[in-house]
Amino acid sequence: MDKFGFAQSQKFDTYASRLLPREEYFTSGHRSCQGCGEALAVRWVCKAIGKDAIIAHATGCMEIVSSGMPQTSWMHPWIHVAFENTAAVAAGIETGLKILARKGKIPEPLPAVVAMGGDGGTSDIGLQALSGALERGHNFTYICWDNEAYMNTGIQRSSSTPYGAMTTTSPPGKRSIGQATWKKNMVAIAVAHGIPYVATASPSYVFDLYFKVRKAIETPGPAYIHVLSVCPTGWRSATDLSVRLGRLAVETGVFPLYEVVNGRYRLTVQPPKLRPVIDYLKPQGRFRHLRKPELDLIQRQTLAAYELLLAKCQAPYPEFPVLTHEEEETIPEGA
Amino acid sequence: MSAHPAKAQRVGMEVSIAVSHAVQMARAEAIAAYPITPQTHIVEHLSTLVANGELEAEFINVESEHSALSACIGMSAAGARTYTATSAQGLALMHEILFIASGMRFPIVMTVANRALSAPLSIWNDHSDIMAARDIGWIQVFVENGQEAYDHTIMAFKIAEHPEVLLPTIVNLDGFILSHVVEALEFISQEDVDAFLPPYQPKYRLDPKKPVTMGAFAMPEIYTEVKYAHQVALTNSYHHILKVWDEWANLTGRRYRPVETYLTEDAKVLFLTMGSLTEVAEVAVEEMRAQGLPVGLVSLRLWRPFPFDALREAVKDAELLIVCDRALSAGGPGGPVHSEVRNCLYPLESKPATVNYIIGLGGRDVPPEAFHDILARAQKEVESGPSGEFFLYGVRG
Ligand SMILES: Cc1ncc(C[n+]2csc(CCOP(=O)(O)OP(=O)(O)O)c2C)c(N)n1
Ligand code: SF4
Repeated sequence: MDKFGFAQSQKFDTYASRLLPREEYFTSGHRSCQGCGEALAVRWVCKAIGKDAIIAHATGCMEIVSSGMPQTSWMHPWIHVAFENTAAVAAGIETGLKILARKGKIPEPLPAVVAMGGDGGTSDIGLQALSGALERGHNFTYICWDNEAYMNTGIQRSSSTPYGAMTTTSPPGKRSIGQATWKKNMVAIAVAHGIPYVATASPSYVFDLYFKVRKAIETPGPAYIHVLSVCPTGWRSATDLSVRLGRLAVETGVFPLYEVVNGRYRLTVQPPKLRPVIDYLKPQGRFRHLRKPELDLIQRQTLAAYELLLAKCQAPYPEFPVLTHEEEETIPEGA
Repeated sequence: MSAHPAKAQRVGMEVSIAVSHAVQMARAEAIAAYPITPQTHIVEHLSTLVANGELEAEFINVESEHSALSACIGMSAAGARTYTATSAQGLALMHEILFIASGMRFPIVMTVANRALSAPLSIWNDHSDIMAARDIGWIQVFVENGQEAYDHTIMAFKIAEHPEVLLPTIVNLDGFILSHVVEALEFISQEDVDAFLPPYQPKYRLDPKKPVTMGAFAMPEIYTEVKYAHQVALTNSYHHILKVWDEWANLTGRRYRPVETYLTEDAKVLFLTMGSLTEVAEVAVEEMRAQGLPVGLVSLRLWRPFPFDALREAVKDAELLIVCDRALSAGGPGGPVHSEVRNCLYPLESKPATVNYIIGLGGRDVPPEAFHDILARAQKEVESGPSGEFFLYGVRG
């Protein structure tokens, strides 16, 4: 899998895109807004997970735009239960399949189990269920669609909303600059569970996204992928800018693309030189009210976080050493 | 009745442990649970059975009851026979998911060891937890003793999984008063259970070879129809429940009815109870009968679907019905059971007057004497004017 690492993912025009699957598992006809980065990400992730998979989805934009009874956009077996429990539902599915296979009721190999939820369903209300499922080591992949707010209910702030952003519950005003807290580091929280695979991804870097999803699926045990999903409606950005904005997030260092394999960090897309953050913030209406001091603060904070990430990538030892699958297999049964 | 307890085995056992053995004999495949008093012994023992390989199942030690029921939905959707148990705050934490489990028609079986809800914190028995979850669309039964807890746990799987039912089912048993009592019980053999309860054959499951979308959202044009279908399935489950109970009677000689009656013949005054209180009331009613009082007892075994006809039939000749609730509908018309009973009787031309006594809250002991006292008070209430009142029995000064 490593031969498809960041080198390929950056050579977009030289890579043979025809090698990627043509099958569509997230079909057209869903009701997302124009230019929705989240819907684009779902489409590519569904391609990457392949036919043999079961999806559990949280309440949120992607559930609502895709599953109006009696229609569906999902070619995979798909289940939605509630907003905050997707990881628990996925854990249940994985466990149910396991016992049925053990009893010989269903054939192996078992389908991949994938959980999907927005940033609200992941880093706020669903954090407990996610933490529980990661801790218990279920063999599943959790994918967070991070559009940096509760978009389904109308652009309210979440703990994933970046500092200074305007939302309907963090409006700028005489006594407010908008969102007053810094974006929660959900990736670090996932890494802290000592799981074998964690990554960030973006539908603006399709090959990078594709191969990370494949890796996550093929990794035994829990995997977590955090996907920045541009939301023109909530970000107040032009609908034709979504892919561009996703790239700007990476080029400015706001949303670096990296993976953490068994605790070892690696940048998968390495911009030669970071662009100023303002390039990313300017096209978005949600930051329109910010003045120089706040913009400078965001710039400094972005660089500090980026440097910390680079330091982690250079660390000679993994932050959280995780047993590889082979090592795990050498532990005697019942030990 | 053909009573031939098939290779019955008599054992002395704590009721919680008996419930876990019933789950084992039902060959549950998937369990997710979170500890809460007084349900803990059930899941502790089940996890031991799984750990020892005596039950071929997966047990997920989830991080909350919310996730317990969510994981149960996942396991049931994957096609596994699924079980969980909880009490009080745990049931309340599940509340949102309770509706989803029944709305999506997953035949999950759950034991609720009934317990009072906070605040103030109380670990002891009453029915406020389950009455707050009255309208969740699950089948619900109440059991009176350990034998019934064992029997109804096994039967619950068969009822829930019937292709025309497909509804989650709760077996309610009184916390501590029942869950922690050691009783003499009759187990039936594993072969008999296997013959009675074949493996679960899911009608729909999550399978990449035959993909389905589960849990889609509904626009106003279709939501009501889905709710209607659920309501029809729940009311129709009544006949399947009776059929399964009949089968069980043929197998074990133990017959269950949606409304049980005791010494009701010629009774002018009836008590109505649920759960383990019924056995105490039986003692009291026997004593009253010995004193020549025309008193009888009805107990509601089936709570959902509500047995309207059976209840009307059981109480139609009485003059006074004293409904004993173990929960208070705060700010409302009294106890939730009384509300429903009155609603059930309202359309009848001739019906008993009703009074409502709310007793035994938060584990307050209810001895047989309480029923003597309640009878005296209730008769006075009725004499002195129109009833319809409710009384929180035993409140001190
Ligand atoms: C318990 C609960 N609280 C609130 C809601 C209302 N709700 C539905 S979706 C949603 C926000 C979803 O936000 P996010 O997870 O970030 O996904 P997005 O819609 O932005 O893709 C909220 C608040 C709910 N469904 N359940
Ligand atoms: S609100 Fe945003 S995330 Fe939701 S469908 Fe529209 S563009 Fe996509």
